[in-house]
Amino acid sequence: MARIAVTVDGTAREADVEPRTLLVHWLRDDLGLVGTPVGCDTSNCGSCTVMIDGRSAKSCSLLAVQADGTQITTIQGAANGEWHPVQVAFKDCHALQCGYCTPGMVVAAIDLLSENPDPSEAEIREGLRGNLCRCTGYHNIVKAVQQASELMKEAAK
Amino acid sequence: MIPATFDYVRPDSLADAVSALSGGGEDAKVLAGGQSLMPMLRIRLASPTLLVDCSRLAELRGISDDGDAIVIGASTPHHDVMHDPLVMAHAPLIARTTAMVADPAIRHRGTFGGSLAHADPAGDLPTVSLVLGAQMVLAGPNGRRTVAASDFFVDYFTTALEPDEILVSVRIPKLGAGWGYDYQKFHRTAQAWAIVGVAAAVRRENGTIAEARVGLTNMAASPGRAATTESALAGAAANVDAIAAAAAHAADGTNPTSDLHAKADFRQHLARVLTGRAVRVAAGV
Ligand SMILES: Cc1cc2nc3c(=O)[nH]c(=O)nc-3n(C[C@H](O)[C@H](O)[C@H](O)COP(=O)(O)OP(=O)(O)OC[C@H]3O[C@@H](n4cnc5c(N)ncnc54)[C@H](O)[C@@H]3O)c2cc1C
Ligand code: FES
Ligand code: FES
Repeated sequence: MARIAVTVDGTAREADVEPRTLLVHWLRDDLGLVGTPVGCDTSNCGSCTVMIDGRSAKSCSLLAVQADGTQITTIQGAANGEWHPVQVAFKDCHALQCGYCTPGMVVAAIDLLSENPDPSEAEIREGLRGNLCRCTGYHNIVKAVQQASELMKEAAK
Repeated sequence: MIPATFDYVRPDSLADAVSALSGGGEDAKVLAGGQSLMPMLRIRLASPTLLVDCSRLAELRGISDDGDAIVIGASTPHHDVMHDPLVMAHAPLIARTTAMVADPAIRHRGTFGGSLAHADPAGDLPTVSLVLGAQMVLAGPNGRRTVAASDFFVDYFTTALEPDEILVSVRIPKLGAGWGYDYQKFHRTAQAWAIVGVAAAVRRENGTIAEARVGLTNMAASPGRAATTESALAGAAANVDAIAAAAAHAADGTNPTSDLHAKADFRQHLARVLTGRAVRVAAGV
């Protein structure tokens, strides 16, 4: 067992974990944060995406021990009292159907917009290339990120 | 799936990491970003007994100027490499190629050195480091040694690294003014590995190609150079016809695999086409 200290969605957590525990399993099984799903075994789908120290990462592709000392934001910490503009835009644009990819998609979009507040359509598609959606055909997801970008620019004014 | 059990250590210094690795025997492995290792652990293609986490070793992170070369620490994440001013100024081919690796989330964790040590035949950065004449600095129980990229990549997923050695940094010679670069990658989906990739670096002098280097990804077990094309380009006019004639030889002497992505002859076709494109961009034609 290894001792880790991680801040998850604003709450400081300490735990003893087996080194082989994947971060996503620790989040889901030990902390009960089941908002972050697992969609594959190959690091391809991105449904498990969370923020680690402000940058997106696939929580299935990290050991919990590797997250020791970091700050993690899952989809469950994305809203700050109110929904995050990306969440609002996903709802408005109907950017989801089954919703399985959505937590990862939203977190990846937040990461993209933090680095590039005004992305072109090509840059959005490029920025979300690590997140697979099997339902929507991506069109509405791209629209939602464009709308979120507008909402966030408005709010920053 | 859940990986098989292993022990985990995160040493504070390179010296401690080397002793942990040599004390751990054949089945001890370095863990860098984990972006190649973790999928292998999850499907249990790899089951090391000990992981030595080198991702936070200060000695292995960061990029510095070393006169006629830049030095990239092995544990520097892809994302940092592709946005680094020294890389953009002196090795823009690395920045351009890294932006084509995997996806943003994987590039936040995966490292430059991890890509080279992993030595996937479809990896993009091994080919680029070969074309740029990189020198790998390795640390082991008996001290340090330097291995040229041309000797570093040995076979499928196999490098010159001994089981108890750690890749510390990579020296990339600055190619200076007059050189142009490009990397062309053919893959079916955006985040996928190259079915074939081609790296080109070309030096132009008054309308002629003075020197050209062409590297091939996934045309063999390890990255290779398209030697016939390179010699055909040396001294050739920098125009579309001369480049097309030289690129027609890009697959000479290759014996690529056939797999579910492409048959061997299709890979050879791709190598010729992508070489033409990469050399044209690199030569500014
Ligand atoms: C979905 C997906 C798509 C990808 N697409 C591409 C792609 O298109 N092109 C591409 O080039 N790569 C691709 N990658 C791989 C990515 O670039 C990885 O970051 C890289 O291959 C491994 O780097 P890492 O730091 O994560 O290494 P790890 O996974 O930590 O380690 C990989 C191997 O290298 C060894 N190792 C790592 N660092 C050292 C060191 N300093 N000294 C000695 N040994 C070391 C480890 O022991 C292990 O055997 C992809 C990965 C995924 C999951
Ligand atoms: S579960 Fe598919 S990338 Fe993490
Ligand atoms: S909404 Fe179903 S996978 Fe994206």
